Amino acid sequence: MNISQPSAFRLLLQTLFGVILLTAFSGVSVAAVLPEDRSDIMYHGYEGGGLQVDGPSVLVRKGYKDKVSVWANYYVDMITSASIDVVSTASEYTEERKEKSLGLDYLHGKTFMGLSYTNSEESDYSAHSWRFGISQDFFGDLTTLGVSYARGADTVRRNGDLNFEEETDRQTYRVDLTQVITKNMLVSMNYEGVTDEGFLNNPYRQVRYLDPNEARGYGYELEVYPRTRTSSAQAIRAMYFLPYRAALKFEFRNYSDTWGIDAYNVELGYVHPIERYGLTLELKYRHYEQTAADFYSDLFPRSNAQNFMARDKELAAFQTQTIGGGITYEFNADWLPGFKRGSVNLFMDYIDFQYDDFRDVTRTGLAPGAEPLYGFDSVVTRFFVSFYY
Amino acid sequence: MTLFTSINSVGKKLLPAIGLLACLASGGCSSMEIKPWVSPFERNNLADPIMSFSRDPVAAAYLHHVYQAREGARGAEGGSGGGCGCN
Repeated sequence: MNISQPSAFRLLLQTLFGVILLTAFSGVSVAAVLPEDRSDIMYHGYEGGGLQVDGPSVLVRKGYKDKVSVWANYYVDMITSASIDVVSTASEYTEERKEKSLGLDYLHGKTFMGLSYTNSEESDYSAHSWRFGISQDFFGDLTTLGVSYARGADTVRRNGDLNFEEETDRQTYRVDLTQVITKNMLVSMNYEGVTDEGFLNNPYRQVRYLDPNEARGYGYELEVYPRTRTSSAQAIRAMYFLPYRAALKFEFRNYSDTWGIDAYNVELGYVHPIERYGLTLELKYRHYEQTAADFYSDLFPRSNAQNFMARDKELAAFQTQTIGGGITYEFNADWLPGFKRGSVNLFMDYIDFQYDDFRDVTRTGLAPGAEPLYGFDSVVTRFFVSFYY
Repeated sequence: MTLFTSINSVGKKLLPAIGLLACLASGGCSSMEIKPWVSPFERNNLADPIMSFSRDPVAAAYLHHVYQAREGARGAEGGSGGGCGCN
């Protein structure tokens, strides 16, 4: 970056700094609130398409004098992968990822500021990220506007290859606007832009190309991604309180990036408490759809067919359908010294993935490119206990 | 596209919103007096926990992580965006 040239990034930082100073001395006085003090202990699980990921996540949050709230999260992914990407070119592997986060939230009048740091480590990947956000209530607290900036620095390694090490730099800009529409309806609009620069592909994954010298008719070679990516996502969400005590959720999100992926998702949800039993039930349906990246192909015509090549199924054209449900049981926990109440929660999602241009190469005996299209189902589980104090 | 031009492009989109935030926060837009059309005593339903966009941050952050790992799209997920900070 040419530092003598005023960039939007520098302007953004200067403006954020200005906002902090202005809000710090603006004398606004009506109190917004910090997030409630709570601790969550969760077991999470993902199973589908030959991939199994599970582990714990512990989140602790504690506030001081209604001004400051600190939080910490410890999260582990234990991965066993025999997904189609893995078994087509390698053998099953196991991996562990540990993620640690620390955050500090500060409330001044109607202005909320948050700062956080996250570190994630696995045998072949290290990630560090920082986030700063600020939001402000306006117009009799009917409107909340927030902006945030995050920066990430990753190091990518390749197990078994001590000479391989690459860097990735990531920057994220976000704007959130939440608006009270009526006494029964809230709407939230969100924009998030992300820029990446560096090594952006998986160092193990390979592309498939036609090769008449191979008995099966095709060969594999390492994929090559562009070294930059810029994306923007916009979302609108709404919550509506029904004439009885229940709520409807709606979400629409639109996405596009410089790799040629366009995507959208729609989600509908319903939340229904049964007060007599201390239960809250939740149901949802989600549809997601995306186009393929410009440099994606299931089968390239020859080796080194183009400068950028990918066969990651995440960059293929596909759609997913999700049906999810959850149940929460709340109980009084004042018998525990220092605690107010608690809850036991179970949420499960069933996701069906159907690919439009990613073929199942485990089906042998067929001409290259004539294999059936791939699809799989997965189940996502969150079981957690929460305590409020 | 270089990182600089990428940031420039995204940053420019955000500047009007940030400018508005700065203006409002400083009281510089105080002439824009708008009377709240939903009074504080009418906000019982809105304050109900079932009306939260993201009731349980630990579970929401995990689901965002699942989506980001399996899907090409990223960003503008629900909740505050600050969440647990995981990507």
